[in-house]
Amino acid sequence: MLNASLQELASALADRRISSVELTRSALDRIAAENPRLNAFVHVDEEGALAAAAAADARLAAGEAGPLTGIPLAHKDVFCTAGMPTTCASKMLANFVSPYDAHVVAQLKKAGTVLVGKTNMDEFAMGSSNESSHFGATRNPWDLARVPGGSSGGSAAAVAAGMVPVATGTDTGGSVRQPASFCGVTGIKPTYGVVSRYGMIAYASSLDQGGVLGRSAADCAPVLSAMAGFDPRDSTSLERAAEDFGRDLDKPIDGLRIGLPREYFGAGMDDDVRAAVDAALDTYRKLGATTVDIELPNSKLAIPAYYVIAPAEASSNLSRYDGVRYGHRAADYADLADMYCKSRAEGFGSEVKRRILVGTYVLSHGYYDAYYLQAQKLRRLIAEDFRRAFERCDVIAGPTAPTTAFELGSKCDDPVQMYLGDIYTVAINLAGLPAVSLPAGFGNGGLPVGLQLVGDYFAEARLLNTAHRFQQATEWHKARPAGAGDDEGSPT
Amino acid sequence: MSLDIDQVKHVARLARIELGPGEAEDALAKLNGIFGLVEQMQAVDTSGVEPMSHPQELYQRLRDDVVTETDQRDAFQRVAPATEAGLYLVPRVIE
Repeated sequence: MLNASLQELASALADRRISSVELTRSALDRIAAENPRLNAFVHVDEEGALAAAAAADARLAAGEAGPLTGIPLAHKDVFCTAGMPTTCASKMLANFVSPYDAHVVAQLKKAGTVLVGKTNMDEFAMGSSNESSHFGATRNPWDLARVPGGSSGGSAAAVAAGMVPVATGTDTGGSVRQPASFCGVTGIKPTYGVVSRYGMIAYASSLDQGGVLGRSAADCAPVLSAMAGFDPRDSTSLERAAEDFGRDLDKPIDGLRIGLPREYFGAGMDDDVRAAVDAALDTYRKLGATTVDIELPNSKLAIPAYYVIAPAEASSNLSRYDGVRYGHRAADYADLADMYCKSRAEGFGSEVKRRILVGTYVLSHGYYDAYYLQAQKLRRLIAEDFRRAFERCDVIAGPTAPTTAFELGSKCDDPVQMYLGDIYTVAINLAGLPAVSLPAGFGNGGLPVGLQLVGDYFAEARLLNTAHRFQQATEWHKARPAGAGDDEGSPT
Repeated sequence: MSLDIDQVKHVARLARIELGPGEAEDALAKLNGIFGLVEQMQAVDTSGVEPMSHPQELYQRLRDDVVTETDQRDAFQRVAPATEAGLYLVPRVIE
């Protein structure tokens, strides 16, 4: 049942073939069974979920239901949830209970979804493997010895393992798309400014953007539509009318021009990833799309620019954790300055500290122009590359990540190697563009490979359409890891 | 360029993060790795390029100068490590 599409679930709920309480119960049961081995959830709210499900059933009975009423889902633990722990997978916030809901949380509550719990992540969303979580790494459901990707790894693993049909994520440098790729699910990061950052704990504010992970583009669409929209409480929220991002799902893609950046198909990509991506492009050609070679000449500058801008903004954002108003406070200290230093030393993990130190340095006296300002200029060059590319194509395609999921512990001690894995995703955040990762096949060891599709600003509907047409022609997104249940059937 | 151990300790002080024994040395090695990675951007000539902070070139919105926030002190202070009479408690700053 939990493996059915959202559309099938919505129709089963509407026809009263299943209740939201039953559906929620089965999600909670799956979480109870699977979480001990996957560690995808850091908090499960059984009581709250069943109450929300009962309320959803009442709305369904009263004929007041929308397309998401009664659908169980999980939020990445970066989103503030009123009355529920919100930890960002950090010791700093291990005991923090949010006094308010993030905009995304409120929007999805209003849409009638049932929040079953909060998913694990890299601490403060800083990481590509979920290993920096204070609560321990999440494991990849396809191979428990491997990482699920990050930072939205808990959400990706939860969807892949059939614990919930959809989950929210956030994407600062690839944190929705790369775990989607590693776990064989579909993930979308919209245009910067489409989803409000209010109540989404800040990492790098000029790059952070909320997104969705689900089993298919068709499942992601209604969730994104519900969570997006203008919010005056976020100064970078865009004043745009509400949109149905699923409106073009079924449009034919004859004549669609797919740009293939030379820089994304060079050395550095593993052969099994290349084979799956090439095969996916062949499928697109069969569906009537054409491919055109393009260039993004400043691509190699994206990682350096990102690893200046993101830590700089992080160092500023995370200065709020001072042990005074909320968060961890050290037990012993000599004076106020010592209390700050010890509380932060104890509350933050090593990757977070590292990024704060990098950021503090690049913003410090005498270095601002050489690093932060220079990185922001490169950011414009990178955005210009995409602008020129979109004169010649409608979407850009390539691998989401250069490898499939890597082994737990294999990159922990080498931040530079970890950062280089973000090579195909960070430029999209620097430019502020929307992008999708969708399952494109399997590589060595039966591990999922993701195809990344990048659209021009506000092209979310077209991206979901492009992904959906692929998913109607292929079965990759329907494959499930062992133990995730194999019921593909329609609800009974 | 590369950092030396005193610079790492200085930056940690600026960031108000205490580094334990051995942590400064470990941070030094890893930070220098990261700066090695970002160093290649120094070679790019960006004269005449405007820095970009937001892809949509937004301007800050103005709103009416009216009260929008309600008093939620109790709710917000419930998550504080130490409060008294509606105030946040910190170690004595002035003797």
